[in-house]
Order: sequence, then structure tokens, then C-alpha cells
Amino acid sequence: MAMAAEAPKDSFRLSMLIFDTRYRSYTIQAVVLGLFVLAIIWLGYNVDRNLDARGKELSFAFLWQRAGYDIPQTLIPYTNDNVHFRALLVGLTNTLAVAICGCILATILGVFIGVLRLSKNWLVSRLMTVYVEVFRNVPLLLWVLLSYVILTETMPQPRDFRVTDEMLAAGEAPAASMTLFDTVAITNRGTNVPAPLLERGLGTIDLGFMSVNLTFLAIVLVIAGSVLAHRFIRAQATAIQEATGVRPVTWWKSLLVLFAPIIALLAALGLHWEVPELKGFNFQGGILVAHAFTALLLALSLYTAAFIAEIVRGGIQAINRGQSEAAFALGLRPSRTMSLVILPQALRVIIPPLISQFLNLTKNTSLGVAISYSDLSGTLGGITRNQTGREIECVFLMMAIYLSISLTISMVMNWYNRSVQLKAR
Amino acid sequence: MEKSVFFGTLAATALVSGLAAAGTLDDVKARGELICGSNTGLTGFGAPDANGNWSGFDVDLCRAVAAAVLGDANKVKFVPTTGETRFTALQSGEVDLLVRNSTWTASRDSELALDFVAVNYYDGQGFMVKKDLGVSSAKELDGATVCIQTGTTTELNLADFFKENNISYQPVNVADDSEAQRQYIAGACDAFTTDASGLAATRATLPDAENHIILPEIISKEPLGPVVRHGDNNWGDVVRWTYYALVIAEEKGITQANIEEVLASTNDEEVKRLLGASGDMAAKFGLDNAAFKNAIAAVGNYGEIFARNIGEGTSINLARGLNALWTQGGLQYAPPFR
Amino acid sequence: MAQGFTRTEMLPAMPPPVSESGTLKWLRENLFSGWLNSTLTAAATLFIAFVAWNSFPWFWHSVWNAGSLNECRQIVTASAGEGATGACWAFLRPWWGAFIFGHQYPVDERWRPVLAFGLLFAALAPVLFAGQKRNLTIILAVVAAFLVLTLYLASAPSLAFALAILGVLALLALAQVQPGKLLWFTLAFPALCFWLLWGGSIWTPIVAVAGFGVLYLVFRLASPVIGLAPAAGAGFVAAVLWWMFVDAPVADALQSAIPIQLLWIASDKFGGFLLSIVIGVTGITFSLPLGILLALGRQSDMPIVKMLCVIFIETIRGVPLITLLFVAAFVLGFFLPPQANFDLLLRVLILVTFFAAAYLAEVLRGALAALPRGQYEAADALGLDYWRAQRLVILPQALKISIPGIVSTFIGLFKDTTLVVIVALYEPLKGITHLVRQDINWKGIYWEPYIFVGAIFFIFCFSMSRYSKYLEDKLKTDHR
Repeated sequence: MAMAAEAPKDSFRLSMLIFDTRYRSYTIQAVVLGLFVLAIIWLGYNVDRNLDARGKELSFAFLWQRAGYDIPQTLIPYTNDNVHFRALLVGLTNTLAVAICGCILATILGVFIGVLRLSKNWLVSRLMTVYVEVFRNVPLLLWVLLSYVILTETMPQPRDFRVTDEMLAAGEAPAASMTLFDTVAITNRGTNVPAPLLERGLGTIDLGFMSVNLTFLAIVLVIAGSVLAHRFIRAQATAIQEATGVRPVTWWKSLLVLFAPIIALLAALGLHWEVPELKGFNFQGGILVAHAFTALLLALSLYTAAFIAEIVRGGIQAINRGQSEAAFALGLRPSRTMSLVILPQALRVIIPPLISQFLNLTKNTSLGVAISYSDLSGTLGGITRNQTGREIECVFLMMAIYLSISLTISMVMNWYNRSVQLKAR
Repeated sequence: MEKSVFFGTLAATALVSGLAAAGTLDDVKARGELICGSNTGLTGFGAPDANGNWSGFDVDLCRAVAAAVLGDANKVKFVPTTGETRFTALQSGEVDLLVRNSTWTASRDSELALDFVAVNYYDGQGFMVKKDLGVSSAKELDGATVCIQTGTTTELNLADFFKENNISYQPVNVADDSEAQRQYIAGACDAFTTDASGLAATRATLPDAENHIILPEIISKEPLGPVVRHGDNNWGDVVRWTYYALVIAEEKGITQANIEEVLASTNDEEVKRLLGASGDMAAKFGLDNAAFKNAIAAVGNYGEIFARNIGEGTSINLARGLNALWTQGGLQYAPPFR
Repeated sequence: MAQGFTRTEMLPAMPPPVSESGTLKWLRENLFSGWLNSTLTAAATLFIAFVAWNSFPWFWHSVWNAGSLNECRQIVTASAGEGATGACWAFLRPWWGAFIFGHQYPVDERWRPVLAFGLLFAALAPVLFAGQKRNLTIILAVVAAFLVLTLYLASAPSLAFALAILGVLALLALAQVQPGKLLWFTLAFPALCFWLLWGGSIWTPIVAVAGFGVLYLVFRLASPVIGLAPAAGAGFVAAVLWWMFVDAPVADALQSAIPIQLLWIASDKFGGFLLSIVIGVTGITFSLPLGILLALGRQSDMPIVKMLCVIFIETIRGVPLITLLFVAAFVLGFFLPPQANFDLLLRVLILVTFFAAAYLAEVLRGALAALPRGQYEAADALGLDYWRAQRLVILPQALKISIPGIVSTFIGLFKDTTLVVIVALYEPLKGITHLVRQDINWKGIYWEPYIFVGAIFFIFCFSMSRYSKYLEDKLKTDHR
């Protein structure tokens, strides 16, 4: 024992770096780090030589040059006189728009299909199984291409909506007509939906570094206030219930508090809808939703919904049968059993894989390239890169942006996940 | 064990693609094969068939260069490139030469560090619309939806044209030519814009060609030509003069069929120099003295290439127009071979 | 007490009421058990009827033999009347080969990918059914039958035909005697596969593989002298030296002495499903060792190693595959020495391998975490060092339970191979169909090529996912 205790006092020898397990990990790490640094230097040296050979240098100055190209769908104001950086932002907002709408739609569809797959109805559950298997086992690219072809091939042309004098005289109807009480026109070029317009805006206020749209601010504030008031009403009701055992009826208060203020505000501002109208070649007015967007959204949600359905099904099945039996024994109705007993527990199983599906969906928005959707990889990674010839800068900037989107999503979702997980007791 | 394939492939590709840094001409000779960047598929200009045989106007120029450098028009490998990958492929040395309907512009010369060595097709951007749209000028297209291929100069020209004329349009981006045609035929766009040659080619293959018109406005100059890397002047000269040899051949009436006859009977010194019968002009480029003769014998002269691939009577059915020889009112003009 | 009536013999059993038996009962319980259920059934029936009504005539009027799309449409009109629609599958006749092998792969050499595809299963069998003589025999027999049929159809040269069949029969015999030895074929397969697909001299892959022999030899000779880790390093250096300096001259010398070679086929001639399978299978094969290292690195106690692994994995998993393909197409060339000129397929393979490795590392991390702690402790208690513990105790178990995950990763990767069309490789879904639509005879055809390619992908992926599910169920029972 004395020997063992004395061993560490041995003077340090170089060979211990290799043979002594206490020091070996330092050696290995040093070697790994050294190799890593060498590799980086080598790569950097190559880049330098290659750039020299082509007479280029790394610079992001091109982001502030005029872009010169037009983008079919822009969520923020953009013209071809704006700079490439603005085009990047347009692409980013387009990516985020598809990703957010897609996540919401895919979740709704997925939960719906997952629950129906567990239905006792033989026909329905089989139909849903077919849906899940077909969508999961065929490349997403096919769904993107197919939905795009279907939208552009089967929808009517704008001219089919036209009513000519001869038609009026003969009492004929045009080949196509607008849907939803003549407010939405779906053509083979896109979907024209009514745009909300205000008669009296509140104007904007310039804060020096950015301008704030006061109308938008007012609407957000009113909605936030309504939600807070609604929460207060519910908290009060719960307090009364705990004190007296009787829960007061609050739904009409909630409805009033939630909707009356915003309706009043919008009425005061003079909200009206600008309905698209056929003028010249196209429908004018309203908002044009490009088919590339719709097709990508459809394909992504249908595809991801198949995966989410499986997750939901697995989550529900993972709940012990005893749980639902206990709930029934307590006299809970099936719907209440689902919402109060099964779902809260299933959620804990469902959320982690759901996060990775959201991440997948967000990353898959880049498939819009195949149908020329102007997302981040279409503007920055596509046209900007191609017109400026800045491959390294554009591709790495694009990767960095996607990476930060992914990290943000997983951070937010993991935070949410922690809040629903069982607290360790 | 799995790594073996990796290293095997590494070794093999290094072997095959050789060194790009030395002169391209030497590389091509050492490799025994010309690597030519081509279109992924554009009927008439460069497209493979079901068995991978390439044909087209641009493809024949590649074959001519291969014939000049290597003496065999079949020693050429075609690497398909998209509008977006083409220049990177050339810059990185993946291809020796790019002949893919590429427009010569100042920024491509300067920023992209490329050299356009000649113009083998003078083109311009135009619009095609359906006749029943009732439009006779591009300036009447206010508010129209326009299909446009991304990664090209056409999208910039289009934006400029509409801005200059103070009218608006709704762009529909498409990835490739066949997708643009599909959308145009389906009516997803009112107008289809691309190079006039492409429009004519598309129109010619439509079942109801008489119902489509190409509008008179040509909104840009689109000189299309072969491209090489900046800085390799010798290689640029080889490609340039191979091309001019084809033009001179047409000027002098030398065809694939009569080349031997002409060589035997001609008194024209320029023809003799061109075909390698006198002087050592081709050798000064680092080529075999019969190089240009081989090129002409392999693919025919410029006029023949044009007629065979895109001329009147083919499915593309283009008139010579600007691409007629200068002696016939066109722009195709070769410097003297002396 | 009055004697009650007592029946002395059993009554014959009555059949259950009609509503409680047979089809009716099944219908009532499964389709019409309540108003909600009945509504759902009605809706589903309507939906199925709608789909069938709209698509059936189109499929029914399919045309399989025509020279062009117009001819196709005329045939449909002639047989089904004016205005009828019909699918036109006749484009498959000229384009079939292009969909499977790519339009540039030499027609005379198409037997080579077919042979490689068949042998792939022969190579996989020893891994999936280690030591199970019966299953091995079945698989190898199926492979033999498949090869006889397909090699005949692909008109393979008779020498290759005979050699291939003899080879598989030899494997079959080996499976009867020593099934364990079949693993050697699996190890040799990547080199063989490379040679079959790309061709060239047979000595190139053999000499390259010999580099691993050098690695092993140096390791074995040096390890008693200088210890395991330095010996591994020395072996690696020796192998790299071998590949850099000895490889090419030796291969050339052997080739000139004993020339055995196949026609060299450059990788830009690959296309269609051949390309998808090559990218998918190579990606997953190469990513396996890399993924194992990454997973172990992520679990490691060494902070620097762990950090590098985490950064690599999370970066790759945080970006879309398309951006990695952009890197392969546009950027990777900048990072290599100016004279190195990798072809596009190789660059794509490198990035796809990184991509798959990051995902596999996560699958393996799950498997490593799922192993009971006792396994790690037992390995330590036996006095095994780190690598022995991993090799003998941890990895065999972790790999086994991660097979379903690996298969799903492969399915995902296989589907994602369609994205390489973005960098102008001719994958079947968009690359080849684009060419079909560019063909003057088939201009205007949209649905049929998509449906054809989609159906083939479905068959591949569905069968693999079934297999993975079967494995998962089997493994589950093992652990209970």
C-alpha cells in the first residue's frame, strides 16, 4: 500500500504522457487539437492560393451592391434597386413564413391523422395507414414537384374568370369563378386573397435608427391587453372555485374581453378588405400568394404530418391502459379523459421527437429551390451567388443563417419541453 | 476496409482529371480527352439522347476543339452544368471549356475571371406570348406574369426593361427550360422570356406553333460564346482560332465533304495555311499542323453546323439572321488567318 | 317439495343472432358503431370512390407501346373515345435504361452495376444474419437466382456470367461449412464493388486495400514494443505513406505484369437509380466508422475531443442537406490544393458521408446511452482498457440495438439522394425526367415519369422500413 501511495510522487517522465493513463488523455487531446489546427491552417492556405489564382478575395461588400433582380414574392418591401442584403432578408422572411405556416399546419394535420389512425373504425384507420406509409416512403422532392405541377396545371387561367359581353348576352357563366363569396381567386399563377386595408392609419414614428408603424403597435398592444385580461378573469374564476367549490360562468366575459376591444379598434381605424379583381392580364389588388409558396407549404405539411402522426400515435399508445381505465372509473367522459389524462402525459413523450420534426421541416424548406421558391437558398444561395460569383461568402453565410435558425428553434422548443416535463420530486 | 474505395476513387480521379494548374492545352493532350461543360439539356444547342450521345450546335464546337487538339472529335467528355453551376465548374478546373449558351458580359470577364474567346451565336432576349392575348409589343405587357429562368442574364435584363418603360410585371422564376415551357403552355405565365433562339426553338416544337408569336422587341444583346478560364491565353487562342477556322471554312466554301478536294486543288494561300498545307500556323498554337483541317473534317464548317443543328428545316428552324457571314449581311466575321 | 322440471339432455347450440356474427357484426363493430363512426366511414368511402373515379380510367387506358407522346394520345383517343385520358408509359421503352443506370452509362457494361447490386445483398447477409446458416443459405440462393436472371437480361459476357455464378455458389458452399468466414467477403466487397462500378485495373482497389494490411501489420509488430496507441498511430502513418508513394507504382507494375481490367467508367456517367443507390450506400458505409468515432468522441471525458465532435455533429445537423451540396458543388474546390481536382460525384459523396455520419452519431449515442450502466462498469471491472472495452463489450451491443436506427437513417438518406439534382447530377426523380421531357418525342409528359420514379422509391423505402420495424420488434423482445 505504501508503494501505491508513493507512486504519484515519481518524478514526471516524458514517457508517462503515453503510458500513464492519468496523463495520456492530455497527450491525446493535444495531438487532436494540433491536428485540428494544422488542418484549419492547411484549408485556409488552400483557400488563399485558390482565391489568388482566380483573382478574388473574400469580402462581404457585395451585400451592399444593387441586386438588380426581382423576386416573385416579398413579405417586406423590395424592388430591384435594393441591395443584395435586402434580397437576403426577403429570402429569410420567405423561408420563415413557409417554416412557421408549415409547422402549424403539419402539427394540426399530424395530430388529426395520428388520432384517426388509432380509431376503431377499420376503414378510416387503414386509410390513414396508407396515407402515412405513402407519404413517408417517397422522397419529399417528389411531393414538392407534384404539388407544384398540380397547382399550375389544374387551376384555371385568369382569363377563364373573364365575363365578356357575349357571355352576358347569352347568359353563360365564365369557365371559372372566385371562391369564398367572390373574395378569393385561385388561378394557375397563384392565389389572390383579399388584403386588409385601413382607412385611417396612425402613421409611423421615426426613432432615428428605425421607424415604428404605430398602427401595428396599437393592434399588438390591444391584443396583448385582451389576453392579459382574459387570463385575469380565469385566474379569478379559479380562485372563486377553490374558495367555494363552484366555478362561475365566465365564457361570455372572456369572449367579450378577447374580441370586443380589437373589433372596436379596427372599426375605428376603418378596416375594409381589398378584394382582388380581374384587370388586364391578372387579378389586381389583394395579396398574391405565389404557387411556389403554396406548393412548398402543402408538400412540407403533408410529408411532415405523416411523421408527426406516427409520433402522436406512439405517444398515445405509450400511455398505460390503466390510466384511461382509472379515468373512466372516476367517471370522466372519453373527451375529458383524452384532454385531462391522456394528452398531458402523451405530450411528454411526443414533444422531443416533435422538435426534431419541426427542425426537419424548417431545413426542408430549402427544397423550394427545386420549384424556384425565393427562399434563403433561392436568393442568397441562388441568384445572388450566381450574379456576384461569391460562392464561399454566400454559401457559408447561408449555412450560418440556417444554423442559427435551427439552434433558435431547438432552444425555444427545449425550453418548452422542460416546462411540460414532470418535475423531479 | 471501407476506406479503400475512398482512396481508390481518390487515386483514380486524380489520375483521370490530371493537373489543372499547368496549361490547359497540355492537360488536355496529356489526358487524351477534352472536358467540355455543356447544357443539362437544351434541344438544338446541347442535349444527350437516351443512350448518352450528345448533339447540338454548342456540342459540335466542343467536338471541333477536340478534333483540333487531339485529332479525334469523339475524344470529348461532356459535363452537364446548370445555369447556376456552369461558371464554378469552369473556374474550379472541372471543365476545360464551357460552351453553354453563355452571354458575354463585362462582369463575367472581370468579377468571375473568365474569358469569352469568341461569339458563336449572336442572340438577344425576346418575349413569346400566345396570339389570343392580343399583345403586339412588349411595352403592352404592363401587369403581365412573365416566366423567367434563374441564374441567367435574362432576369437582370427583364428587370431593367420593365423599369425603363415604367411598367410593372409579376415574375415567375423557373429552374430550367422545360419547366418554363410547361408553365407557359399551361398559361401560368402570359409571356415567356429568354434568348430569341430559345424562343424560336420552343415555338417550333409546340404542336400549335401558329397560335404563339414572338414579340418584335429584342431587349438585350446576348452574344453567346465559348468560355475559358482567365489567364490561360494559349488555350484561349486555341479555342478562338478553332472557332474562326470553322467560320473561315464557310467563307471559303470548304465543307466536310469537299475538304480533301479543296486541299488538293486550291490556289488560295489562306486556305492552304488553314488546312496545314503550307506554313506552320497551327503548330505555333502548339497543335498539330493539320489541326484545323481535322476540326473542319470532323464537324463541317460553321454554316454546316448551324444548318445541321438549328437551321431551317430542323425542328428548331432558326434563320441565320445576325449569324450569317459578314459577306451576307450578318455579323460572323473571322480575322484573317495569317 | 315439488320436483321442478329438469332437462336431462343438452339443447343443441343455437347460432348467434345474425347481427352478432359474421360480416354484419364486423361491419357494425368496425364501421358503424356510432354516429361519429358511421359519418367517418361514409366520408372515407366517398373519398376512396372519388379518387378511384378520377384516376381509374386514366390507369385503365394506359398505353405501353408508342413512339411518341402524340402517338400515345392518339391511341388513347382511338381506343377509349374522344376526350378520354390515359396514362402513357411508353416512354419507358427508350428511357428505361436511363432511369436505372443513367443515360450515359455504357449499354454494354450495364451488367456490372447489376452484379454489384446482387452481391451487395450477399455482402450484407453475413452482417444481418451472423452465423444463422439457414437464413444465409436462403439469401445467397435468392442472390444466385437473381443474378442468373438479371445478368442474362443485361446480356453479361459469358465469362463474367460464369465467374459471378461460380462465386455466389462458392459463397453458398462456404455458408454451409463455415458461415462465420463469410464476413471476409463483406470486408472485401467495397473494393470489389468499386472495381465493378468504375472499372479500370483490378490492381487499383487491391493495392489500395493492401494499405489496410500494412496498417494492421505495423500495428501488430509495433504494439508489443511501443504500446497500443503509438502503434496505431505508426500503422496509420505507414498506411498513408503506402497510399501516397507505394500505391500507384505497385498497381501499375502489377497491371503491366498481369493485366486484368474492365472498361473505366468515369463517375459523371452514373445516373438514375444507380446514382441514388451508389450515393446512399457509400454514404452510409463510410459514415459508419466516422459516426462511431463521433459518437464515442461525444461521450468522451476529454473536453477538447468532445467539443470538436459536438460542433461537427450539431453544425451538420443544423443545416439543410442542400447547403452541403452547395458546398460540394461550389466551395469544396477552394479548400483543396489547386492541383487536386475531385470530380463532382466524389465531392458530393464526401459531403453526404459527413451528413450521414452526423446523423448516425446521434443514433449511436442513443444506443450507447440505452446500454445499462452495468455493462460499462463490468468492462472496467474486468480491467479492459478503453478500446478493448468498446470493441468487445460496448459497441457490439450498441450497434445491434441501433440497426433499426441505422436503417431509418439510410432510408432518409436514400430519399435525400434525389436532391443531388440541384448540383446537376442526373438522379432519377428530376434529372432523368427532365431529360425525358427534353426529348422531342416526349415533350409535355409530366405525371407518368414522376409516378414511375415515386413508385420505385416507395417499393425500396417501404420494404426497408418494414424490415427495420421487424428488427425493432425482434430486438424489443430480446430485452424484456
